Amino acid sequence: MTAPKQSARADVRALATPLLSLASEPYYHATGEEVAVFEAAAGRCLPVMLKGPTGCGKTRFVEHMAWRLKRPLVTVACHDDLTTSDLVGRYLIVGDETVWMDGPLTAAVRAGAICYLDEIVEARKDTSVVIHPLTDSRRALPVEKRGEYLVAPPDFMLVISYNPGYQSVLKEMKPSTRQRFVALDFDYPEAETEARIVAHEGGVDADTARLLVKLGSLTRKLKGAGLDEGAGTRLLVHAAQLIAAGMAPLTACTAAIARPLADEADTRDALDDLIRAVF
Amino acid sequence: MPERKLFAHELEKRLDELLLLALRQRSAAQPAALLEALPRQIQERVLHWAGVAAQTSDDLGWLLASLAAAQAAGLGVRLDDWARAGLDAYDRGGLAAARTALTGFAATDCAPAAHSVAFAAVEGRLSRFLQALDGRPLKLAAGEAAWTDTETLWLPQRLDLAGDAAGNRSLYKAMAALLWAQTRYGSFALDPEPELELWPDRERGLGWFALFEAMRLEACIALELPGLAMEITGLRGPWPAGLKEAAARLAQPDATVADSLACMAAQRLAGAGATPAFSHVTGMDPVAARRLRAARIRRETATLRRALNVLRALDAKAGGRTGNPDYPLLAADGEVQLADPQADLVVLPPDARAAAKSLLQDLGEIPPEALHAAGPGAWQPVAGAEADEAAAAGTTRPDAFYDEWDYRRAAWRRDWCHLYEVEAPAGDHEWVDEVRRRHAHLIRSIRRRFEALRGEDKPQRRQLDGEEIDLDAQVDARADRKSGAEPSPRLFIHRRRVERSLAVMFMVDMSGSTKGWVNDAERESLVLLCEAIEALGDSYAIYGFSGWTRTHCDIYRIKHFADRYDAATRRRIAGIEARDYTRMGVAVRHLSGLLARQNTRHKLLVTLSDGRPDDYGDEYRGRYGIEDTRRALLEAREKGIRSYCVTIDRHGADYLPQLYGPAHYSVIDDAKKLPQKIAEIYRRLTA
Repeated sequence: MTAPKQSARADVRALATPLLSLASEPYYHATGEEVAVFEAAAGRCLPVMLKGPTGCGKTRFVEHMAWRLKRPLVTVACHDDLTTSDLVGRYLIVGDETVWMDGPLTAAVRAGAICYLDEIVEARKDTSVVIHPLTDSRRALPVEKRGEYLVAPPDFMLVISYNPGYQSVLKEMKPSTRQRFVALDFDYPEAETEARIVAHEGGVDADTARLLVKLGSLTRKLKGAGLDEGAGTRLLVHAAQLIAAGMAPLTACTAAIARPLADEADTRDALDDLIRAVF
Repeated sequence: MPERKLFAHELEKRLDELLLLALRQRSAAQPAALLEALPRQIQERVLHWAGVAAQTSDDLGWLLASLAAAQAAGLGVRLDDWARAGLDAYDRGGLAAARTALTGFAATDCAPAAHSVAFAAVEGRLSRFLQALDGRPLKLAAGEAAWTDTETLWLPQRLDLAGDAAGNRSLYKAMAALLWAQTRYGSFALDPEPELELWPDRERGLGWFALFEAMRLEACIALELPGLAMEITGLRGPWPAGLKEAAARLAQPDATVADSLACMAAQRLAGAGATPAFSHVTGMDPVAARRLRAARIRRETATLRRALNVLRALDAKAGGRTGNPDYPLLAADGEVQLADPQADLVVLPPDARAAAKSLLQDLGEIPPEALHAAGPGAWQPVAGAEADEAAAAGTTRPDAFYDEWDYRRAAWRRDWCHLYEVEAPAGDHEWVDEVRRRHAHLIRSIRRRFEALRGEDKPQRRQLDGEEIDLDAQVDARADRKSGAEPSPRLFIHRRRVERSLAVMFMVDMSGSTKGWVNDAERESLVLLCEAIEALGDSYAIYGFSGWTRTHCDIYRIKHFADRYDAATRRRIAGIEARDYTRMGVAVRHLSGLLARQNTRHKLLVTLSDGRPDDYGDEYRGRYGIEDTRRALLEAREKGIRSYCVTIDRHGADYLPQLYGPAHYSVIDDAKKLPQKIAEIYRRLTA
């Protein structure tokens, strides 16, 4: 049985990296100089590293900046089996022939896009080999398998994110990699700002948002004592969205905040108590 | 699903599986026969508790199952409490104690009602709840009555006042919240004695004081945690009609303890009768609380003054201004910072910051005397310390000398610490066997989980991409093409390389403060860790440290990297005992030196401890020790060593972030939980 060649080719095209161009402004509330620093780095072709706990707005910030700079965005969520080929590209065999398929990094370099490698420490160590030449004055991507040496256009920009709260020693970033980036520290915003963000993103009134933020700040004190990390802004927004959809705050917070954070019975019950204490 | 009773043979089989009875040539036939008569629900509870007990020790599981069979019918719904009492007794005094507790349960604990709730059942939940609330860290303990001395909250052993278990749990929470509020909202800021002395019956006066404070504090809680306040309101029902006015007055946001005292005076003049009874209103002991509060304020004022003294000294050294020793403190959002006119805000060291926060909580402001830096004499070592040091110095020559960092001079003290490396004395091998038996289930599950983590260098066949060509796939593809079928594009072999090249050094605190539970927990944790790491194949070493002044820093060799985890090593683990003090810097330097010689990609130094660095004499205690340890950890970091700390010091969060970095420590709130948690911490740390 021979599959029609045309459809096989179409399948391969469907695998190509999508370049995301954002039409409308993604909501982002700046809390410091990060927008200015990012713009300056983009203007000078410098790569940027975003550090911070989970759910504090790193990914949203990149989306916002891509929109602001009017550049397409390629996001790669790194995992522990992500190889160099997954980033650069590989030959696929289609019927009788081999077809080259650009990986997301190559696609971003060709298109002059922002390439965002989320949670870079999760990726396998050999991926740093392809990142290094892109992050210094060479600004180039060697595509070994094709014998190609792609020089990045000025619009190409590499952004990585990294959560310093991870405890594994095997997931540390080497200084030789770290020192290539302009770094921006992200943290949970100030209570007032965070309440505004939760109200806007979650579609709840200011009072509910304030209570959610209060709850968030209480859970963050349990870090290291029952919790690996407290509730991020993202979890608070999820809870707000459930409330906006008509759920009772207690149910919404239990489902969106307490359950995702903890499995252990004592911690889970304590979180339930905190939710009931705040609402 | 209709729940039918389990028959004797089914029960026997389940018990066999739970308790591994076949291995010990015991038969569950007799307990099973007794259990057969019970309802299914109770049968399941008995099996559940037997399983839980068996995880601690097979013998305990057997004891519980056999006793439960005879007693379950009489215990009824108290079965759970009965089993918990047995487990608790085992933790404290072994199998014999458990037997006594289980057989004597009915006699000692005379029939609490079905819906009563024990303190032990809510302790974990409440302690986490309190930790998340603002304010100074508080200890939670069981006592005769509910009261607080402003540092520990005592709650009754058992509550049986509400109509159901949920109500009793909620009552526990309400009591804990009110006690927390007493420490947070200044219930002991004024001395109530002058008012109490006017009461003919002091107890009655105290009762009214507690009641008015409960009214005021409930309103304080309502501002920050409205849900909690509502729960308390629901629990207590309405205030008595005669007290509505007082309640309204105390609910004003600016009401203080002075208003409560004023309400008391009004009540006394109106001829106070007996205090209306409210189950959630706790007892109060203003004398004890105020004594502790005064001592704390003195201590913290001194801490703050010393910190300021150092800042002033640094300032003077930097050629800065002289003369004005007062530093204005800015307090915003509880973050206390020191305004340095020369530069930006100078952040206080962590212990001084914690002290300043605590002072703010007690007094509402930083007392002016705390803002005067202490005189230059404050840093003089205690008289006679030198002589003691000389006396403590041994006659043998130390194995090594180490420099120590003196942050006050911002310089090294050369060859300051005399280090002796000695082989740890062997302990009782039966102890290790007993631990391994008791934790047999845990060890089995740890081994299983860790073996899965090991990740051999396994080739993955038929991949889209890889380092080698997969010949089998190649042949298949060729055959497919010949026959006209579409060949698979998966033609490569991909090798997942093992990236575990890790050496771990465990540095075990053997200071005197670990005596008892902590020491047991440390030793048990080490046994479990060894089992886990043996399964993983990481290279590891274990050393203990303790000491007595700088001339006597001892390092106890328990397991070197080259040593195997054999009977001799196990006996040395059993032999770990509480000794002297915790001079940490020199231990970190010596052990990181040993670790640095390991030829692995990753090196990890894990400290098991129960508190901050400390040594005989005043000098090493406090900031000196912390700064020296921090410096030693930084040096280790420069050698490519990562550090992590597991501590059971509940104040650990005050200084550990500064020593180890924000994510590189775990605080275990209960020493008993350390063995259970340690393997998981290690797994997360190296996953």
